[in-house]
Amino acid sequence: MNSVPLSAYLVLALILFCIGLYGALTKRNAVIVLISIELMLNAVNINLVAFSKLGPAPSISGQIFSLFTITVAAAEAAVGLAILMSLYNRRKTVNVDEMDQLKH
Amino acid sequence: MSLSGEMIAFILLSLVAIIGGILLINLTRVVHMVIALVFTFISVAGLYVLLSAEFLAAVQILIYSGAITIIMLFGIMLTRHNDTSEKTAGVWRKLLLIAGIAGFGLASYAGIYNLDIPVQETKLHEDNTRQIGMALYSDHMIPFELTSVLLLAALIGAIILAKKDDEKKEGEES
Repeated sequence: MNSVPLSAYLVLALILFCIGLYGALTKRNAVIVLISIELMLNAVNINLVAFSKLGPAPSISGQIFSLFTITVAAAEAAVGLAILMSLYNRRKTVNVDEMDQLKH
Repeated sequence: MSLSGEMIAFILLSLVAIIGGILLINLTRVVHMVIALVFTFISVAGLYVLLSAEFLAAVQILIYSGAITIIMLFGIMLTRHNDTSEKTAGVWRKLLLIAGIAGFGLASYAGIYNLDIPVQETKLHEDNTRQIGMALYSDHMIPFELTSVLLLAALIGAIILAKKDDEKKEGEES
C-alpha cells in the first residue's frame, strides 16, 4: 500500500504554487513571469495526478486531464513567447513595468 | 518512525523541487533561474513515477525540461541574455504580496492538512500507457481532437505573431 499520504502531495503542490505566484507577481522580466506561470501549472498537475491515485474515486481520468493541461501550457508558452518577441522588436524591452501602452 | 523507501524518495524529490523554486526566486541572473527550474521539473517527474503515472513522467521530462526550458532559453537569448533582474519592486509592495500569498497558503493549508481519504487499491500501474491510450480514444475523444486544433492554432498564431514585425520592419527600411 501507499505510505505517503495524500495531504503530503497536496502541501507540496501548495508550496510550489505559492512560489510560482510570488515569482509571477514580483519578477520584472517577462520571460521569468511566463516560467513562473509554468511552475504554477505544474503544481496543479501534481494535484490532479495525486487525486487520480489517492482520491476518493481513483481512475485514469486525472492523468488524462493533466495531459491536456500540459498541452495547453505548451501552447500558451509558445504564443506568449511569440508576443514577447514581437514586443521586443518594437520597444526593445522585456520589463513588464514598461509594457503599459494600454494605460494611456 | 520507520521510513519506507517510498517516503524517502518523496522527501528527497520534494526537497529538490522546493529548492529549485526558491532558487528561481533568489538567483539574480535570468539564465540561472531557468536552469534552477529544470531541477523542479525533473523532480516533479519523479513524483509522477511515485504516483504510478509513468507515461506522464516521460511526457513531463520531454515537454517541460526539454521543450519549454529550451524555448524559454531561446526567449532569453533573443532578448537580453545578460540581464540581471533589477529589483525595482518597492519594499511595501513586496511585503504586501508576501502577506497575501501567506494568507492564501495558510487558508489552503487549513483545508488540506488533515485530509484523510481511505486509500483504495488501484490498477493504474499496470500497463499505464495502454490505459491512457484506451481512455483517450474512447471517453475523451472530443477533447483530444480539440487539443489538436488548439495546437495548430497556437503554431500558426506563434509564427504570425513573431514574423509580422520583421516583415514590416524590412518594408520600412527598404
